[in-house]
Amino acid sequence: MAKKDKLSGNEAVAIAMRQINPGVVAAFPITPSTEVPQYFASFVNDGLVDTEFVPVESEHSAMSASIAASAAGARAMTATSSNGLALMYEMLYIAASSRTPVIMSCVNRTVSGPLNIHNDHSDSMGARDSGWIQVYGENNQEAYDNFIIGTKVAEDPDVMLPFMNCYDGFITSHSVENIELMEDQEVKDFVGEFNPEYALLKSPSAYGPLALQGYHYETKRQQAEGMKNAKEAILKYSAEFEKLTGRKYGLYEEYKLDDAEIAIVIIGSTAGTAKYTVDQLREKGIKAGLLKIRVFRPFPKEEIAEVLKHVKAVAVLDKTCSLNDAGAPLFLEVRSALYDLETRPMLINYIYGLGGRDVKTSDIESVYNDLAEIVKAGKTDNVYRYLGLAEE
Amino acid sequence: MAVDKEKWIVDPQTPWQQTTLGGIIPTGGNAKYYITGGWRANRPVFDAEKCKDCRLCFPVCPDSSIVLKDGKMAGIDYDHCKGCGVCCEVCPFGALEYVEGGQEE
Repeated sequence: MAKKDKLSGNEAVAIAMRQINPGVVAAFPITPSTEVPQYFASFVNDGLVDTEFVPVESEHSAMSASIAASAAGARAMTATSSNGLALMYEMLYIAASSRTPVIMSCVNRTVSGPLNIHNDHSDSMGARDSGWIQVYGENNQEAYDNFIIGTKVAEDPDVMLPFMNCYDGFITSHSVENIELMEDQEVKDFVGEFNPEYALLKSPSAYGPLALQGYHYETKRQQAEGMKNAKEAILKYSAEFEKLTGRKYGLYEEYKLDDAEIAIVIIGSTAGTAKYTVDQLREKGIKAGLLKIRVFRPFPKEEIAEVLKHVKAVAVLDKTCSLNDAGAPLFLEVRSALYDLETRPMLINYIYGLGGRDVKTSDIESVYNDLAEIVKAGKTDNVYRYLGLAEE
Repeated sequence: MAVDKEKWIVDPQTPWQQTTLGGIIPTGGNAKYYITGGWRANRPVFDAEKCKDCRLCFPVCPDSSIVLKDGKMAGIDYDHCKGCGVCCEVCPFGALEYVEGGQEE
C-alpha cells in the first residue's frame, strides 16, 4: 500500500536509502546534496537502519570507501554535487572498471567557477564517460523511484556498474512536493539482497589489479558490454517497478511527440516547464512536442532516432556548456543518433539555465517560436544558441 | 590465450568475453605463478659454506624469495627474486654476494 507524503527530493531519496538499508553509506557534505547523508545519519542515530555510516574527510574518500565496501560485498551508497563529484573523478572510473555497483545520488549543481551553488548539469555531464549509468529525474517522485530502480539495475549480474541518480539541485532537491512512497518491505523485496559473484569477504580475491597492454583493452570492452546490458536491465526493472507502483518509466518520456512538427529534447526538471508550455501551444493549434531523456548512460541512440524521425525541427536543450564551439553533450549525441536516418529533423542546440539561471515558460515558448521560424525558412542558420542570456 | 581457472592465470589478450569481471582475481595465493625473475638487473649469489643459518635474510626479502628447508637457508628462488640486493646488505657473514647481471652467464 503506497503512502502519500510531502517531501523534498533529498528527503525522499534519504527515505529510499533507509528503506533499502544498505551495508555502507560513506559521504561528505556539499550543497545541495548535504541533506541526503544528513537525513540518513539521523536514521542511523535512531537505529532505523543497520548501515555502517562513514563520515569521511572528502568526496575522494567517500567514493574510495564506497568502492571498497562494494568490493567487500556490501551494498554501498553515497551522495554528492558539483565540485564534490569533481573531487571524486579519479575514483569514479575505478568504481566502474572494478565493476563495483556503488549507488550515488548526484544532486546536480554547476561546477565552479565562477563560484556558484545552483543548478545545472555540468557536474554529472563532466563524468558522462566515466562508466557510470546515469539516470535523470524530473521531480521528487522520479528522484525517489529512479534511486530504487537504479539499485536493482546496477547490481544485475549482467550489468554490475555503478549508478548515478541525477536530479536538479534546489529545484528538485529542496522543493517540497507531493510524493507517493512504497512500503518499506515492498522496497526491500524489490531490491533484494546484494549478492555478487565475487567479494572480498566471500573468498580471498584481488580487485583492481594492474592491467597493462595485454589486459586493459579487453577489460574496457567488457565494461562497455555491461553498459549495453544496462539498457535492457533498466527496461526490465522499470516494468517490474510499474507493476508494484503503477508508475511507468522508460528510457525517455515522450510528451505529445507522436504528431509533433517541432520538438524540444531536454533533461531534468525543466521538462516540467516545457510540458506546460507544450500544453499552451497545443491549445493554439501549434504541433509542439517534447522528448525528456531519462537515461543518458547508456544513451538510447536507436530509440531516440525512431521517436524524433518524423519531427521537422528539433531543439536540444543542454543545461551545461562544453566550451568547444561545437555543441553541448546532449545535442552532440542526439545529432549523432539522427545521422543514420535517411531524412532527419533540422537540429539546433540551446545552452540554458547555467548556474541556476531561471528558465521561464516564456523562454521555452521562444524556443518553439524559433523552431517554427526554422520550419518556415527551411534552414537552421545558427545551430549553437544561448537561451535566457543577457547580451547586447 | 585463455584463462587457467585452476591457477587463475589470465593470458594477455584473452578474449574479453572470457576474462573475469573487471579483471578481478577471484582467488588468493597465485602470485607464485607470475614469474618476475626476468625483471632482475643484478642478482644475489648464495655461498652455503659461509652461511650460519641466522635467517636474517628471510624477513627482509620483499618477494619471499629466500628458500628455507627445515628451517635452514637453502638458496634463492630466482623465478621470483627481483634482485633488489637487500639480503646481501643484511647478511652478517658475506654468504650473499650481490653480483652484476640479472641472470647467470
